[in-house]
Amino acid sequence: MENQNKLAFNDGWQYAPAPESTDHIRIDKQYELFIDGDFSAPDEGRYFETINPATEEPLSSVALATSSDVDRAVKAARKAYKGPWSRMKAAERGKYIFRIARILQERAREFATIESLDGGKPIRESRDIDIPLAAAHFFYYAGWADKLEYAFPGRTPKSLGVAGQIIPWNFPLLMASWKIAPALACGNTVVIKPAETTPLTMMKLAEVIRDAGLPDGVVNIVTGAGETGAAIVDHPGVDKIAFTGSTNVGRIIQRAIAGTGKKYTLELGGKAANIIFADAALDQAVEGIVNGIFFNQGHVCCAGSRLFVQESVADEVVQRLKERMETLIVGNPLDKNTDIGAINSASQLETIESYLKIGQEEGAEMYQSSCSVPDRGYWCRPTIFTGVSQSNRIVQEEIFGPVLAIQTFRTLEEGITKANNTPFGLSGGVWTDKGSKIFKMTQQIRAGVIWANTFNKFDPTSPFGGYKESGVGREGGLHGLGAYLRLEA
Amino acid sequence: MTSTTARVPVAKTYKIYIDGKFPRTESGRYFALKDSSDSIIANVCLGSRKDFRNAVVAARKAFAGWSSASAYLRGQILYRIAEMLEGRHEQFVSELVTQGVGRRAAKKEVEATIDRLIYYAGWSDKYQQVFSAVNPVSSSHFNFSVLEATGVVSIIAPDDSGLLGLVSNIAPAIVGGNTCVVLASEKLPLSAVSFAEVLHVSDVPAGVVNILTGHREELTGQFASHMDVNAIIVTDNDVVKDVQISAAENIKRVIARADTKWGSDSAQHPYLIQDTQEVKTTWHPIGS
Amino acid sequence: MSLIAVPDSSRMPDLSQVPHVDEVGVKERVARFQTRSIKKESKIEALHMVLSMIDLTTLEGQDTPGKVRQLCQKAIHLHDSMPGLPHVAAVCVYPTMVGVARKALGDHDIGVASVATAFPSGMSSRQVKLDETRLAVAEGASEIDMVISRGAFLQGEYGFVFDEIAAVKEACGDAHLKVILETGELGTLDGVRRASVLAMHAGADFIKTSTGKIQPAATLPVTLVMLQAIRDHFFATGQMIGMKPAGGISTAKLAIHYLVALRETLGNAWMTPEWFRFGASSLANDVLMQLQKQATGIYQSADYFSKD
Repeated sequence: MENQNKLAFNDGWQYAPAPESTDHIRIDKQYELFIDGDFSAPDEGRYFETINPATEEPLSSVALATSSDVDRAVKAARKAYKGPWSRMKAAERGKYIFRIARILQERAREFATIESLDGGKPIRESRDIDIPLAAAHFFYYAGWADKLEYAFPGRTPKSLGVAGQIIPWNFPLLMASWKIAPALACGNTVVIKPAETTPLTMMKLAEVIRDAGLPDGVVNIVTGAGETGAAIVDHPGVDKIAFTGSTNVGRIIQRAIAGTGKKYTLELGGKAANIIFADAALDQAVEGIVNGIFFNQGHVCCAGSRLFVQESVADEVVQRLKERMETLIVGNPLDKNTDIGAINSASQLETIESYLKIGQEEGAEMYQSSCSVPDRGYWCRPTIFTGVSQSNRIVQEEIFGPVLAIQTFRTLEEGITKANNTPFGLSGGVWTDKGSKIFKMTQQIRAGVIWANTFNKFDPTSPFGGYKESGVGREGGLHGLGAYLRLEA
Repeated sequence: MTSTTARVPVAKTYKIYIDGKFPRTESGRYFALKDSSDSIIANVCLGSRKDFRNAVVAARKAFAGWSSASAYLRGQILYRIAEMLEGRHEQFVSELVTQGVGRRAAKKEVEATIDRLIYYAGWSDKYQQVFSAVNPVSSSHFNFSVLEATGVVSIIAPDDSGLLGLVSNIAPAIVGGNTCVVLASEKLPLSAVSFAEVLHVSDVPAGVVNILTGHREELTGQFASHMDVNAIIVTDNDVVKDVQISAAENIKRVIARADTKWGSDSAQHPYLIQDTQEVKTTWHPIGS
Repeated sequence: MSLIAVPDSSRMPDLSQVPHVDEVGVKERVARFQTRSIKKESKIEALHMVLSMIDLTTLEGQDTPGKVRQLCQKAIHLHDSMPGLPHVAAVCVYPTMVGVARKALGDHDIGVASVATAFPSGMSSRQVKLDETRLAVAEGASEIDMVISRGAFLQGEYGFVFDEIAAVKEACGDAHLKVILETGELGTLDGVRRASVLAMHAGADFIKTSTGKIQPAATLPVTLVMLQAIRDHFFATGQMIGMKPAGGISTAKLAIHYLVALRETLGNAWMTPEWFRFGASSLANDVLMQLQKQATGIYQSADYFSKD
């Protein structure tokens, strides 16, 4: 039942463009591999382009690492591990990591601008969330370096060796900090590959690592795509694999390292249930829905992509949601007023659009906000589907875009059942004013992170990771240390 | 016309540090700090009970804000203190030398102090994870225990260690969210006053740390008996018994740290943070 | 569709149905308003809007006719050396100054708002409050800013609070009624939301945050909650209600945050002085300085703008 009384958001006072300046940043025309403390050309001399998804313009040319480059990198990491890094006092190791954190804070605006240019996320997100959180992760883990014995009662923690790490394109610098900081704090050295569509902030991080004076080979960066990643996974000189990306690739990795004795952690996909009870603070719950699926263009593994609204307030919630969607600004990621930026790549946009088509073919009702989008670049308006149930493909499969599937529910038990009715188990959201209900829901939802009366909140002290096909292992907090250590009796 | 006289240096006035300001002692008294050849190094404030009273008021006022600041922020401030001290490395070394510490030992002490601040800065957002617990009670309740700052802590700093001993007791107290009033070493008081200057430029809110100089014999009783102080740290075995008797009046927590070798790595650990923390346990039903 | 207020409890809303408010969530939404970047032509447009929405206020025990005349002079002549400026919406004074203000403003299209009902405390009898209201209206006030009885509200005597608002509304006659919730005394955002709903049902034409006499006065979080209450009231009844944050808004930058909150919660229809006001005294000069800076590119000094 649509409400007759409507609010008008599209005329009258508009926000003039407020673009972030790019004068103060430097992006090189070409980036080499960062191995053994210096930049070197890839063995096969091949490069690939990284483009700005908002304009489709090329930004830079980046080295393509092949297995011989990966081999060099692993050797450098091993040398650094056996040499200066493991011989250093833990407190001194910690101080190197503090330096990375400090320099990131000093260069924050440059990193935020480049992150938005390379990946498409709004400058507001990269400035206010990605970069500060990345620095905070380095600060947090720096402090653990000389305190590991307190985290594991009855055990003596020892480093593992060389960590091979592969990270995704949705939070490039932040994911780099999630991987590198704990690895280094625990005394390991690193070979890391950023996603092929978002290599630039990692290359700037290489500068930071060099400026911080870290011994050569402690962190090595090899850029490339799937084959480069496979070379890291397959390399016998790597002791531990850390991967964040799709469940499909996670499966491939788990098979590839079977029997090798390599330790591994996987942060994979999700299809989180965001559950709103009738007694929730509804306006804030609507904000939580928006935060859960539309910000960062929905490119979030823990996105609240399945909304469950208690039936008695469903119409009201959907109406408020539609109103709120009308105030979301989709556009130039470098405009400080942009809420939702560009889809990261042509192929991701294709994936999202195919799901929009599937949803409509399945008979679901699609609604999109009426905002304009620029002509060039990859864009998707905030979208919701109603008239769906658990059997729809758009409800089961991860879309990784600003697309929300909405269902109703009647009782708490039904909410729990439907929330758990998925092979995924990364996150979940619960909105209710009643404390006991919160604890009952959090107790019974099978997911690694549950947000009550909030969503998409991250902190370096707070462990993150999934149940079931959303992955294995935890990153962040005290619980994020174990993955990078051998615990001796 | 040329002059052959050397440049006349401008000597520092050593005051006390209360509520983010540097007043002289309200008593107007002083004691002369002398070196081994009996020449005066400086006139040092002879702090009074009224100074102490004012400091406790300041510490209490600052407590609500400091204890509710995020762990991240407190950690960042401790890093900043370390940064500011590192920048004043030479000043602190020569000040210790002036007070009779050998140059090599002074350098080691200053560097150990900086590293100790970094050490505790790193604990700010971790000690809660190590010492808290979710308790598996047998009823349908979510039950969790967390640490909370005890409040205003008075500290009788070690007499033998003018800088490292001082900071080794301040840092774990404040990183845990407490505010403090500190009586500096009587033998080596200057570093404490200069350390107050470092605190002052490090974004430490006014009143979080207050530093007095004076006679231990005169002031220890005040530090131990004040009814609005929640805990007292004593670093001298001879006074522990008297302190415990005075402290009993408001069940003040008495923390005796007399035998610690502050220069050793074993003198820094998270249990020193736990010493000035309370444990709060909360219950909440789990149900619909 | 206008709401005719009569002291009739059958119009009492069921306050238990009012949505709960999560404070942390509200503050997060507010933070997004504060990071909007309003520049160039949208900034100039916003600054003009702010000026047009100001209720230029003097509510001091030491107010005199001379002071009020000077205030009215400022209301008419904000900064004559800058052409094309809008005038403020109204002046706001105590009842005994209404006549002075109305005479000083002459034919200018600037309203005279008067506080009434034992402002700011509201601690007096019903009779005194109604008499004061009628006095102000008779003197020429086109708007009445009343205060609710916070003590009664906190005790849960919602019927009493409702009846009082309805009675004042009746005493207003043709004058518009702004109901001051004094949000700084209501304790929680839930209380603010409930008080907003109560006031709107009882006959408020505007709901207003504060008297400006206590801290905290207007804040973005309470304003957002009140705007959301107005929105829901509009959805349910089709009736538009105005909103006025008052006290503590002394910079143009902050005032623009409020405009952002308004725009993104209620949309274009509310972005006029008919539906939104700022209760402020020193805000106008800061807006003028910003306008001058936009025009010349140079940062300004307060010395060049009249303080009346």
